[in-house]
Amino acid sequence: MTARTALLAIGAALVLAAAACGNGGTTTSSQNGFQPAPQTGGTLTVWVDSTRLAAAQLYQHEHPSVKMDIVTYDGDANGSNYLQTKVSLFNRTHSGWPDVVFSTQNNEISWAVRAGFTAPLNKGLINQSTLDNWAAGANDPCTTGGTLYCLRNDLAQTVLWYNATLMAQWGYQVPTTWPQYQALGTKVAAEHPGYLVGAAGDDFTPEIYLWAGKCGANQITGLKSVKVDTTSQNCSRMASLLDSLVKNGSLSTSSVFSSDFDKNDAGKILTMPGPSWYGGALFQGTFKVPAGQVAVAPMPQWPGDGSPSVGNVGGGTWLLSAHSTNLKAATAFLTWVTTAPDYQGKIAPGYPAYAPIAATWLANQAASHYYAGDISAPLQAAARQVWPGWGYGQFSQEAIWAATITPGLTAGRTIESMLPAWHDAIVNYARSDGYQVSQ
Amino acid sequence: MSSPRTSAGRAGAPLWQHAPRPGHGFVAVYVLLLIAFGVVPTGYAIYFAFTDAGNNFVGLSNFVAAAGDFRFVAAVEHVGLYLVFWLAALVVFVVGLALLLHRLAAGPSRVVRFLYYIPGALAGAASVMVWLFLLDPAVSPVSFLLRAAGFATFGQVIAPGHLPILFTLIAFWTGAGGWIVVMYGALNNISADLLEAARIDGANAWQTAWRVQIPLLRKWIVYMVILAFAGGTQLFVEPQLLAQASVGVAGRDYSLNQLSYDFAFQNDNVDTAAAISVELLLIGLVVAAVFVVRSGFFDAD
Repeated sequence: MTARTALLAIGAALVLAAAACGNGGTTTSSQNGFQPAPQTGGTLTVWVDSTRLAAAQLYQHEHPSVKMDIVTYDGDANGSNYLQTKVSLFNRTHSGWPDVVFSTQNNEISWAVRAGFTAPLNKGLINQSTLDNWAAGANDPCTTGGTLYCLRNDLAQTVLWYNATLMAQWGYQVPTTWPQYQALGTKVAAEHPGYLVGAAGDDFTPEIYLWAGKCGANQITGLKSVKVDTTSQNCSRMASLLDSLVKNGSLSTSSVFSSDFDKNDAGKILTMPGPSWYGGALFQGTFKVPAGQVAVAPMPQWPGDGSPSVGNVGGGTWLLSAHSTNLKAATAFLTWVTTAPDYQGKIAPGYPAYAPIAATWLANQAASHYYAGDISAPLQAAARQVWPGWGYGQFSQEAIWAATITPGLTAGRTIESMLPAWHDAIVNYARSDGYQVSQ
Repeated sequence: MSSPRTSAGRAGAPLWQHAPRPGHGFVAVYVLLLIAFGVVPTGYAIYFAFTDAGNNFVGLSNFVAAAGDFRFVAAVEHVGLYLVFWLAALVVFVVGLALLLHRLAAGPSRVVRFLYYIPGALAGAASVMVWLFLLDPAVSPVSFLLRAAGFATFGQVIAPGHLPILFTLIAFWTGAGGWIVVMYGALNNISADLLEAARIDGANAWQTAWRVQIPLLRKWIVYMVILAFAGGTQLFVEPQLLAQASVGVAGRDYSLNQLSYDFAFQNDNVDTAAAISVELLLIGLVVAAVFVVRSGFFDAD
């Protein structure tokens, strides 16, 4: 019995000791006035995903004097929250933060500003004249209250991809309005069943169609406030258009990245609205469409709408740590990686968010002779037309759509009938992340 | 746990007055690990569950916050339904397969036991990955079965209503093999004389199993149910990996453990996360206590 008591006492003492060490629950806030850590220099720690590894390695190659520690991580892909998890642990231990981080997500500032992780970039670190060169609105997801907390790596503006060879062979016109697009789908379903005018099975489907159609489901109005309206006319007319095309079979309900799409549908794409990275990543890389077939047209618009609008699917961001002891070297790397033609113009897979480099990138794409016709004009025009009414909250719109709408779509329900359920799900997730919701 | 009365009666002198024996050394190592990785984290979680971010005592408000979350009730229902399927499948099939195994000749029995055990030797996450391939009609080696059942795409297979059964399938495949081998060992402990007597009395295989073997296995079955219940309430890897593989279509926020994970790492709210894990601990302890008391688990035969 005495031994057991002794054991219990040891256990209790350990618990208390652990509890005493663990008072790091509060997060520091540096929202008002940025106070850099003592600039002691040292190794520059950079976190990148496997795609952006080439950027960090090229920088090291070009700047051998900079002591770099390049770490690859999952890039927070698919909302893995890896970065947030790690930063919250570093905040408890008060050490370990990387100096510069790449994230595949555009919503990092929604937590990183409150966690005190990101340094303000437009308050002395980077010249305003440089920042003015980013494509209009590209840095909106990085800005709150006039302060810029990250830099956009690439744009993912949506355009209408199409198979120029098939369109010519069948004598079809490229649609410029949504009703024309719907008519094309109906015609394809009747004349060439099995062929597709698009896909609606991805978690980013709302960003292609509903964002472009100015549906106000995701109006981020502040760091912690959102306005959610999924049943406006802009939302329901696009939803019913999608429903009619799903019904006649010209719109796939499988994800373009799913194994069954690759097996059954990849060879039957006539048109496909989608982001700028569809060309290289999807048509050339995954579906292996032969050169000379894939072409780009502007996104269809609603007739009578004076301001053309497109959606956006992704495009990553670079963050600079507020805890960096090496701000000068970190800022130099951050500026280089987002603006230098060596990387963004020649190697980067995505359309550069830094506008002066976009022309270099497009010329590089044209030099590959993969695409049919000119892709520069529609992509450059679309880069200026991303509808600003759709933002990036901490909650993932993609995850909410995937869990709320996709199973219903698979079970044969219409998107239009699920718009109210979509609304409720967005509101629930937003509130659980501490958002003020207005409707 | 209450200490078993029988051991106190058996030991003539207090155990601790003897010189240290090798057994104590082995146990001591385990006790140290238990304290470091079991007792201390549990105490830490309990501390978190009753405090806020500023380390102030807040009573039950973390528990109220957890229960008030819009995902909580759904997660409780999901886990409850899964447990019904999982425990029923485990008891019926593990005992049934162990009995069949026991009737096999030594050679085939040895081979089958090895086959049962293999999936358990794989790490849990790897086993789940295998199933994600099996369940996708486009790549599955048994896609003809899925198509025969009317599933043409992965999306149809992972419809919300199918999830408890899918998770049961995965958990059974990964976890049951070890239990079948354990039950087989327990069956071997039943005296051959007893089975011989039953046979002479005219009992057929079914009657022998039902009236002799299963009653003698009762404690092993209770032991299995207690551990499987605790493991089942902590459902995490299966839905989490499915959520990743389906890009969020199914399995997100499915179980209580996932909700706890979301609180800790999505909302930076470790205290509410700890409240959920303390609830899971309590449920596991209460159910174990009920089973132990009702089954006379520690009574001597």
